[in-house]
Amino acid sequence: MALAATGIARANLLKARVSGIALQNSSKFSTLRNMAAARKAVLGAIGILGGSAAGLTYALNQSVKASELELHTTKFPWSHDGIFSSLDHASIRRGYEVYKNVCAACHSMKYIAFRNLIGVSHTESEAKAEAEAIQVKDGPNDDGEMFERPGKLSDYFPNPYTNDEAARAANNGALPPDLSYITSARHGGENYIFSLLTGYCDPPAGVSVREGLYYNPYFTGGAIGMAQALYNEVMEYSDGTPATASQMAKDVAVFLKWAAEPEHDQRKKMALKAIMMFSLLFGLSYYVKRHKWSVLKSRKIAYKPSQ
Amino acid sequence: MTMPIRKSHPLFKILNGAIVDLPAPANISTLWNFGSLLGLCLVIQIVTGLFLAMHYTAHVDLAFSSVAHICRDVNYGWLLRTLHANGASFFFICLYMHTGRGIYYGSFLYLHAWSVGVVILLLVMATAFLGYVLPWGQMSFWGATVITNLFSAIPYIGTDLVQWIWGGFAVDNATLTRFFTFHFLFPFIVAAATIIHILFIHQTGSNNPLGIVSNVDKVPFHPYFTFKDITGFIVMLAALILLTLLNPYLLGDPDNFIPANPLVTPAHIQPEWYFLFAYAILRSIPNKLGGVIALVMSILILLVLPFTHAAKFRSLTFYPLNQVMFWSLVSIVFLLTWIGARPVEDPYVLTGQILTVLYFSYYVINPLTLIWWDKMLD
Repeated sequence: MALAATGIARANLLKARVSGIALQNSSKFSTLRNMAAARKAVLGAIGILGGSAAGLTYALNQSVKASELELHTTKFPWSHDGIFSSLDHASIRRGYEVYKNVCAACHSMKYIAFRNLIGVSHTESEAKAEAEAIQVKDGPNDDGEMFERPGKLSDYFPNPYTNDEAARAANNGALPPDLSYITSARHGGENYIFSLLTGYCDPPAGVSVREGLYYNPYFTGGAIGMAQALYNEVMEYSDGTPATASQMAKDVAVFLKWAAEPEHDQRKKMALKAIMMFSLLFGLSYYVKRHKWSVLKSRKIAYKPSQ
Repeated sequence: MTMPIRKSHPLFKILNGAIVDLPAPANISTLWNFGSLLGLCLVIQIVTGLFLAMHYTAHVDLAFSSVAHICRDVNYGWLLRTLHANGASFFFICLYMHTGRGIYYGSFLYLHAWSVGVVILLLVMATAFLGYVLPWGQMSFWGATVITNLFSAIPYIGTDLVQWIWGGFAVDNATLTRFFTFHFLFPFIVAAATIIHILFIHQTGSNNPLGIVSNVDKVPFHPYFTFKDITGFIVMLAALILLTLLNPYLLGDPDNFIPANPLVTPAHIQPEWYFLFAYAILRSIPNKLGGVIALVMSILILLVLPFTHAAKFRSLTFYPLNQVMFWSLVSIVFLLTWIGARPVEDPYVLTGQILTVLYFSYYVINPLTLIWWDKMLD
């Protein structure tokens, strides 16, 4: 049967539109097997040249130009960087304290509710206490009046300003951004936040900063409306960690990373399960595929000219 | 003798003809897996999209917040959203691999299947663009503004056409609601076009790496290609899910985490990675209308391939010089992708212009080189 098939195959192959080109000839152009050493050397040289050109392009693309005014963010070794590493939850809790005591004076976090803290950085009673510490405008009541009440777990973090115009008016025209997604919304993520918070310095010679603005080389353009907010011992941590400026910057960056990606730990845990599951599935399906194909892959096609 | 139900039942026999008894060439390689993978991509996008649509609100004041709500409050909403966003990237990886395979092995000679395929490519591109607008971030808004404004380059009717698309005098609420409607509708048109695409393929049978008639060496689709496709599904799903779980925002733009603001233009407006090569071609032409024509032609030029192929063999397997040209085209597309993400300044502008000329040159020089090679061997 196989032989008959191959006989037909041969016949059909020869019927292909080859007009004058022997198939043996054509096949030799498509393999490296019989290629002359000189031709291989030329191809190798082209490959090396192409690779070098690509490398040079990449290097030029990555180079920093003297004309650029802002610094690129350094990549810091965050404890959650590993593919299976969770966020540092003690750091999230300290970062929340930094946000509450320092950042919340100007920045909102409108997508974060007190209930989100439960099981992440606070117990339920602690989160409830945090919520009750604020007053929330609610209503109307049965008399049609708005009223103030202590916060509940379902309440979102309070906005320091009643509206964007009030926020601009209080900050020399600059609108402090909402921080719910800030690590996702900036190139460099938490590295950028840390660099920005610890990067304030005097402007270099020749650079002048308008009144009401502050020099920070990590901010686009260099002049930022936010004054340096973190200084050593500007607050005290509840867990007794020394509140150095860099410690606070690191903690608030981790807190903001969690705020932007609250699913961070869960997704990495799921990734571990996915790797185990897909390894098994791949091994199984590949084995079955190879098993089913074994007959085809091991067949021998021979041509026997008819007598 | 009774016929098996899979061959006699009016519904089952259609499926039987498509995925069980269909004769398929025994020699088709892994590159032929991308057709079925595209089907899987479409299913993933429709299923995740359907669940996202249950919670999404297409209103300029609520769209960004509704996406935040999906990610934060809906059960596994973050997973649905990131699977949908990264699923689009995988859709385009498979589309480009599928198209590239078609170019290399001369599959475009199946004129009807190829033409429907190009239509599907355009439809998926349109769907992806419409979908990118929906989160109503900065890049959504400004991407929509830049791309819809391209229509204004059309002489005489341009301005009216753009305002008709917008549903007003700027990208606004009417634009968002209609984009959501079309983003919901288009995948089903893609599904219908896919059925037609498969229908045409089954008229001729699949092409194969040799590009010759393979009727003498065909095997039934099941079990050979069902199990091969399942293995492909598992590999792609693993890659998609691991990207989604380990680095979900790797391919996204940070600017899209900032709510849309018509008063603040981002420093660099750029589309998602899969449109960057076409975006680079658009920007390389100084004239607006010329740029738009070049952008459209960068895809439509695929339609000329069946008509310019006059070689004796179908596949590039037998044309080493054209193989070099094909891989040069692939390199050019990669470089254009890189240029599309660069700012509009030297040396990127000139590099982009050179690459654009080289991109279109392929479609002229390649068929001539094929003929020359044939003559040389005569």
